[in-house]
Amino acid sequence: MAVLEQEQERGAASAGKASRRITPLGALYLGLFVLGLLAPWVAYPVFLMKILCFALFASAFNLLLGFVGLLSFGHAAFLATGAYITGFLLAEYPGLSPVLGIMAGTLGAVVLGTLFGALAIRRQGIYFAMVTLALAQMMFFFFVQAPFTHGEDGLHGVPRGELFGLFDLKNNHTLYYFVFAIFVAAFVLIRRVVHSPFGQVLKAIRENEPRAISLGYHTDAYKLVAFVLSAGLAGLAGATKTLVFQLASLGDASWHMSGEVILMTLLGGVGTLLGPLVGSGLVIGLQHQLAQSALGDWVSVILGAIFVICVLSFRSGIVGECQRWLEKRKERDEV
Amino acid sequence: MHATANASRKVSCKPSRLSRHISSALRVRRRALPLSAALLGTLLSAGVAQADISDDTVKIGYLADMSGTYRDLAGPGGLDALKMAVEDFGGSVNGKPIEVLSADDRNSADVGANTVRGWIDQQNIDMVGGLVASSVSIAVTRILAEQDTLGIVSGSAASSITNEHCTPNHIHWVYDTYPLANGTAKAIVDEGGDSWFLLTADYAFGHALEGDVEKVVTENGGTIVGKIRHPFPTSDFSSYILQAQGSGAKIVGLANAGSDTVNALTTASQFGLVQSGQSLAGLLIFLNDVHALGLNVAQGLQLTTGWYWDLNEETRAWSQRYYERNERMPTMVQAGIYSSTLHYLNAVAATDSDDTATVRAKMGETPVNDMFAKNGIIRADGRMVHDMYLVKVKSPSESTGEWDVYDVIRTIPGQEAYRPLADSQCALVKGQG
Repeated sequence: MAVLEQEQERGAASAGKASRRITPLGALYLGLFVLGLLAPWVAYPVFLMKILCFALFASAFNLLLGFVGLLSFGHAAFLATGAYITGFLLAEYPGLSPVLGIMAGTLGAVVLGTLFGALAIRRQGIYFAMVTLALAQMMFFFFVQAPFTHGEDGLHGVPRGELFGLFDLKNNHTLYYFVFAIFVAAFVLIRRVVHSPFGQVLKAIRENEPRAISLGYHTDAYKLVAFVLSAGLAGLAGATKTLVFQLASLGDASWHMSGEVILMTLLGGVGTLLGPLVGSGLVIGLQHQLAQSALGDWVSVILGAIFVICVLSFRSGIVGECQRWLEKRKERDEV
Repeated sequence: MHATANASRKVSCKPSRLSRHISSALRVRRRALPLSAALLGTLLSAGVAQADISDDTVKIGYLADMSGTYRDLAGPGGLDALKMAVEDFGGSVNGKPIEVLSADDRNSADVGANTVRGWIDQQNIDMVGGLVASSVSIAVTRILAEQDTLGIVSGSAASSITNEHCTPNHIHWVYDTYPLANGTAKAIVDEGGDSWFLLTADYAFGHALEGDVEKVVTENGGTIVGKIRHPFPTSDFSSYILQAQGSGAKIVGLANAGSDTVNALTTASQFGLVQSGQSLAGLLIFLNDVHALGLNVAQGLQLTTGWYWDLNEETRAWSQRYYERNERMPTMVQAGIYSSTLHYLNAVAATDSDDTATVRAKMGETPVNDMFAKNGIIRADGRMVHDMYLVKVKSPSESTGEWDVYDVIRTIPGQEAYRPLADSQCALVKGQG
């Protein structure tokens, strides 16, 4: 699981010092970046944007589960908060820049994340999961009742607007590059956090919290910051999603959404940077393909079966297994 | 692109119909073409077969919940009803094949909107049918309006779909909460059920339904003796049902839907509410709900439905055909999907076009006359106005078969049942009343 990271650090070190050659991992990221730039000309942009939004959501969730070891079962609340705030502001004030709308949505999720985090991080394991679930359900009922969300009907007709008054986001390709830029920025931020000294402390907390405390770290503060960061990024994903679909619905706030993001992260590989991206691509892609096939009414069953197989046979997820395989091959080569 | 499509469409009009078509083209915004151009076009390509139907295919998309709560209400059965309509039409319109696509929206507005967007952008779809969960329908109709594609909503309950959310691009076919609340409440008050206790789901939908019922009951001389709101969703209704029993009201109205209604009915049955002299009024209950509950639980319940399989010879004949294919009797939504698809295809055949505005205009000027509706009229706000039926659920001893569950008490004329245009908030009809 850690091989990619080690490789990365080694790569960063070597790149920073003598040689400036591109590491395999750097090449992989570059390849993915180019792929992301070219993708909308091959595949349907709205579908790709959906994958990117959920990849961002799963990455935010993974930051907490994979690197701090906290399983939140209430991340839908942050996604929905971001989605509703952005949707409400953009729909009510039509002249508002989409960037400001997204920032407001993200900020809303950060505020909510601070409140929830302050309460939830006092407990661990299943208790932490239950506290986050309970708080998220409270938010769900708030969204059901609050007049501005239009309850069951959802918030509709959110205008996409224009970016900096220059780019018309109604064009799917233009919007795609905007969403892609948001995703890349958030991904770089997550990568930076994970590899920073702060990230090292998070991993130490994940491995052994009492030991981290004994080393003098104020672990609650670290956990809270990580929680808020994760909530904010989930809110960013929700806000971006609202802009893409031009709606915010109750589905974003339901506990199914919190479950879905766990599924995506575990399938892709928890604790790996690329895992959530792979997982969300797989889950969204399967849902999309199956929904329109003859197997339409079996989507949930098939996804459930895949989840069971994944948990039973390759627990570290797709990316995690690939890394393990690479690691093994390397060891064999060295021998 | 629009101009050329329009020009070619004009071309194939038979000379006898030409003048009428031109006048209709001039009437409709955006389609106005100079008269001379249309005539010139006709002269230039007379006798040459033209593609009036885009891609030479009529593509219909069916979007519904195929795997969740509304599976029995619409689901795969609705898709089959749509296919029956296509088969009955002969599988092609004026020699152009009809293609049916389908997708599961999983009751998610995101998934539904995304699917329809994809269908329009990639498949050049002509009509979207099905549409059950209200949030999905509203999301989809927004996209349809933006992309100028036609939609027929058959499964949704929200009356806002043809009120504040109306667009020129969609039609609401089967029912909505307005006739359900009004039809049931008015009929019951008229029959002497003048004191009501309301049990309401505590969210926007329940509040709206509660408001509608309250208005109708008091306007017709009844009183609301009590009301209570329950969280959505709720599984334990015992305290609510006890309060309803204690209220002494003649009628206990259920302003909720789906599993909440089913749970409330089951609890009421266990507490012997009907046996103790009170009656239940369900405001949003479907054939599949009653079938699932069983007559023991549901007996005596009064409700309004847009259609029932056992209305007359015509409905029985069609339902029998449906039953043989699906081993279930059709719900009003499934029958409505058949009826609306057939009406759509007839309009496409008559205009020899799959252009949204043309077909929508034709559908609007032709009354709906089939096994589903008699003299149904599609109003400018998209509401298909047709007769509704007040029914009472039979007791087990009255029923002669598994699906023999309703007694039709009264036919409510469409004009009386649906929201009058004068009260509409729809921007398309506002001020025309």
